[in-house]
Amino acid sequence: MKLKFIEEKIAKVLMILASVAVIAFVVNIIYTILRRGLPALNWDMISKIPAGGYYNGGGGGILNAIMGSLYIVLGSTILGLLISIPVVFYLNVYLRKDSKLAYIARLAFDVLFGIPSIVYGAFAFTIMIYLGMHTSLGGGILVITLLIIPIFIRSMDEVAQQLPRDLLDATYALGATKLETIKVVLRQIAPGIATATLLSVGRAIGDAAGVMFTAGFTDSIPTSLSQPAATLPLSVFFQLSSPNADVQDRAYSAALILIFIVLIISVAGRLITNRFSKHKI
Amino acid sequence: MKSFLYRNPTRASWAEDYSFLNNDSKNQSDSDSDKREGLGIKKSYLKVSNLNIHIQKAHILKNVNLEIPDKKITCIIGPSGCGKSTLLKTFNRLIDDTEGIRYDGSIFVDGYDIFDKKTEITEIRKKMGLLSQRPCPLPMSIYENIAFGCKMHGEHKKKKLNSIVEAQLKAVGLWEEVKDRLSSPASKLSIGQQQRLCLARGLAVEPEFILADEATSALDPISSKHIEELFVELKKDYAIILVTHTLRQALRIADYVVFMYLGEVIEAGPADEVFNNPKQELTRKYLEGAFS
Repeated sequence: MKLKFIEEKIAKVLMILASVAVIAFVVNIIYTILRRGLPALNWDMISKIPAGGYYNGGGGGILNAIMGSLYIVLGSTILGLLISIPVVFYLNVYLRKDSKLAYIARLAFDVLFGIPSIVYGAFAFTIMIYLGMHTSLGGGILVITLLIIPIFIRSMDEVAQQLPRDLLDATYALGATKLETIKVVLRQIAPGIATATLLSVGRAIGDAAGVMFTAGFTDSIPTSLSQPAATLPLSVFFQLSSPNADVQDRAYSAALILIFIVLIISVAGRLITNRFSKHKI
Repeated sequence: MKSFLYRNPTRASWAEDYSFLNNDSKNQSDSDSDKREGLGIKKSYLKVSNLNIHIQKAHILKNVNLEIPDKKITCIIGPSGCGKSTLLKTFNRLIDDTEGIRYDGSIFVDGYDIFDKKTEITEIRKKMGLLSQRPCPLPMSIYENIAFGCKMHGEHKKKKLNSIVEAQLKAVGLWEEVKDRLSSPASKLSIGQQQRLCLARGLAVEPEFILADEATSALDPISSKHIEELFVELKKDYAIILVTHTLRQALRIADYVVFMYLGEVIEAGPADEVFNNPKQELTRKYLEGAFS
């Protein structure tokens, strides 16, 4: 057999092995969570807030953490989009391709992308102390917004950089100002916005370190931005730290709920993306 | 050049047609242009004087002097890299965003210098419908593609928009093909249909000029023919400036020809004069196919 066919075979086997390894890991994680979490999952878990002694095996559920996480994800995603879309638009429509400012900005966002969330948490915490704020839902939203802005910007920017020059020219030729091209640009990069949102939501809902100092933890559902808020990852953390095996199992149920929420958001996101990207040229 | 190359029996006298080119006067009757529907239309007229364009260190256009007649098809021909497209993009100042661009000289549209600081660039661009080499529909539905420009210029009445969309799609012969799927994405159309849609989109903002940059080069022969026929049809109402790489196309539809070489306008004049009796040696060589 010729050498290149042997190469082909070996490469194929390696690719299959790599894929199988990844799938095995994911299956294993999900299996562990299901095995320990599913028996402990009940309606109380998702419909009640923790009763007294919950973390020592008492009754109640983690509705506080579910709602807190959803509030934080929703708030930070909206805030993040409002801040990053103008940045991406400016970088790609107003600045020239070889602009130094754009280069530096992209570099900065790349660096911010890699900063661990605990650093954001500590940073936001110092600001909050300076402002005299307590741990609160508002603080949590703020730090998660900071955390996901680089994700938003860099993933939208990747798509926006592929924006066809002809498309902008065609829009200008109709008499559009740069600002008026935003309608065209947004439609063209809609799939990128959707992907960026999914990535950001995933990071936002799964973050524990950033919200620890800023959003705090509480057994009640926050009713205003200035009240502390519980989050699912922290709820998992606290339950998992318990010596009580039943409470540890509830941590797995909470993780299961977290994964389920991410799954729902992802599927919904894909459906919405398909809807929006049908016009993309 | 043999005279059989260009012969159009329907034209009576070239001298008559182009008399206004020699004396700057706008002596064509305004009455025909008044028939055009829409915003207030003045007679279009484009004059380039002493235009020089440098991009970084390259001298792209060298002292261009040119007049473009109204309601005619003007073809700009010349070998690749001679500055045809640059000249065309200068007319609507799309070239502004190019890195390191400098220009001097002036281009008058309707008597206004487009380089003047007081001139609003969006107004200039609105006057110039652009048709690019590859059709570039906006990422919207067929309907929205045409309505987009009108909405941008302040027309929001549904009824009016509907009638504009229908009128412009009919003007480019697309209405029958798409009337049942106006809300489907423009990108689903064939490439020839997309190019006609782009033309309709340009017409919807009521331009005075149509700038076409090798508008048929990406299309199949039948779609190209369609676009060419449209140009011939549309020259009743618009000044059409067509950059073309195919000499045959220029022979078929040009009324007026500009030959450019290395950034200079070598020869400009009525098509039959330039094609049948070129004054410059270089033009003759190009037409004979000595270089391209």
